[in-house]
Amino acid sequence: MPSALHFRTIADLAAALDAKQLTSVELTQAVIARTQAVEPRIHAFNSFDASDALAQAAASDARRAAGQARGALDGIPIGLKDVIAVTGQPLTASSKMLQNFVSPYDATVTTKLKQAGAVLWGRLNCDEFAMGSSTENSAFGPTGNPWDTTRVPGGSSGGSSAALAAGEAIATLGSDTGGSIRQPAALCGVVGLKPSYGLVSRYGLIAFASSLDQIGPFARTVEDAAIVLGAIAGHDERDSTSFKTEIPDYRAALTTHRGPWKLGIPKEYFADGLDPEIAASVEQAIAFYKAQGCEIREVSLPHTAYCLDTYYVIATAEASSNLGRYDGIRYGHRSTAAKDAVDLYAQSRAEGFGPEVKRRIILGTYVLSSGYYDAYYLRAQKVRTLIRQDFLHAFRDVDALLTPTSPVPAFKLGEKADPLSLYLCDIYTIGVNLAGLPAISVPCGFTKSGLPIGAQLIGQPFQESNLLAIAHAYEQAHEWSGKYPAL
Amino acid sequence: MSSAPQLDIDHIAKLARLALTPAEKATFAQQLGEVLHHIEQLSKVDVTGVEPTAHASPVFNVWQADVAQPGLSVADALRNAPAQRDHMIAVPKVVE
Repeated sequence: MPSALHFRTIADLAAALDAKQLTSVELTQAVIARTQAVEPRIHAFNSFDASDALAQAAASDARRAAGQARGALDGIPIGLKDVIAVTGQPLTASSKMLQNFVSPYDATVTTKLKQAGAVLWGRLNCDEFAMGSSTENSAFGPTGNPWDTTRVPGGSSGGSSAALAAGEAIATLGSDTGGSIRQPAALCGVVGLKPSYGLVSRYGLIAFASSLDQIGPFARTVEDAAIVLGAIAGHDERDSTSFKTEIPDYRAALTTHRGPWKLGIPKEYFADGLDPEIAASVEQAIAFYKAQGCEIREVSLPHTAYCLDTYYVIATAEASSNLGRYDGIRYGHRSTAAKDAVDLYAQSRAEGFGPEVKRRIILGTYVLSSGYYDAYYLRAQKVRTLIRQDFLHAFRDVDALLTPTSPVPAFKLGEKADPLSLYLCDIYTIGVNLAGLPAISVPCGFTKSGLPIGAQLIGQPFQESNLLAIAHAYEQAHEWSGKYPAL
Repeated sequence: MSSAPQLDIDHIAKLARLALTPAEKATFAQQLGEVLHHIEQLSKVDVTGVEPTAHASPVFNVWQADVAQPGLSVADALRNAPAQRDHMIAVPKVVE
């Protein structure tokens, strides 16, 4: 266990807080000091409010002193991706469009974290409106990967993964539309969980593609991810796609759900384009489960080749619709160069949005436009049905699927300049969003050059307990989660 | 689906209410042409008789009681308005 407070786990820190060996103010001060020390090299945060965090920490210490501590998250500094609303705090989506926006309300996950006593800490950088796989699309500059600051942390939740890996938070939240939690978790060597669609409320999450978006945790261990998930999951009448289901004790499930499990290996996920070092690490993870008595089965997801195209039709169509609200009228950037009211929309949007957002709005508008709707959007929704059926068919025989999270380790800032090559970073993660499944990325090794590698476990709908237990079994037998970057 | 997709960038930019520069138009038309070419392979999938999936959540027809709930105060609702006057959002003149 590391001695530095900023690298310890929620589980460990909660025990120290309960035992009165530590106060939340001390812990929060340590995280603030660490952030101030490394932030010039990482740039994980768009902004942070140290005095606000310390006030929350003092309130937590007062609760604990009065015997009213609220559980494992009480007093733990948790960072939020800058697409999740917190009353009175900036909410920018890393866009010039919302550069001066201050949220007038809390997201449901924010309310839940406050109820759990967490110290909400900072606004984490991301690709603009969560569109990207490297965090280079932020209007406020890129984030560096703590393992090699000349490389990207992944994206779109790259601030969330980098802050955690660098010790600038104890856990963080991100959002995942096509891999935006799992891919940056893999590239930064931390755990990242995308819950089943509908498990966590999207109320107060800036919408990108509403049928795909889910909020989820980044954590140092699977146990910590289970703790945060337990706090943020649950039905919310403010999100009409929120699913009514009992929220189990995910942390307890790590020990009560025991293998051996049946694991499926989708053959399409080990094809051309997969980095050989990543393939080797994931093969070792497969061998580990096999040695534990798990049944390993090759499965096929025959429509995998169509996931990327299906995703880019559906996600851009939904984005073009969702981003229609940024018109310069009620909030957000308003152009001063407009000739008239209609031109005000076009000029405000041109000045407020960055290139990738514009590209996706154009593509989404095109696939929804008259004469093309059936050929693109409707067809993509039908192929989506086939993609989901592939997964559900595979789950008749297996408990979970094991795959690489990303085909490549962290790449150099600026290395992937054309959109299509960057889109290919998501080939192992987007099928999960299209099918609405839960999936987790867990660290499973390092390349020879010292870059983290992640393995993805994909679970059955709303079977997060099982998924977390399977990931925990691997993690407990390996020491990847105990390694920290030298900064 | 057409075999050679043509993206009329001026038309689409107008629909999207995006004032693009000539340079942006040229770049996006070329980049999105490549992406559309890639997307064309969806036409190879046999989707006969397949129902479309709007979203993967098994939730349909959510009803709620029609009960008034407290909302944002006027000050909070206007806090992010680019221009305001007399508790209203000010906009450019739309009718001469």
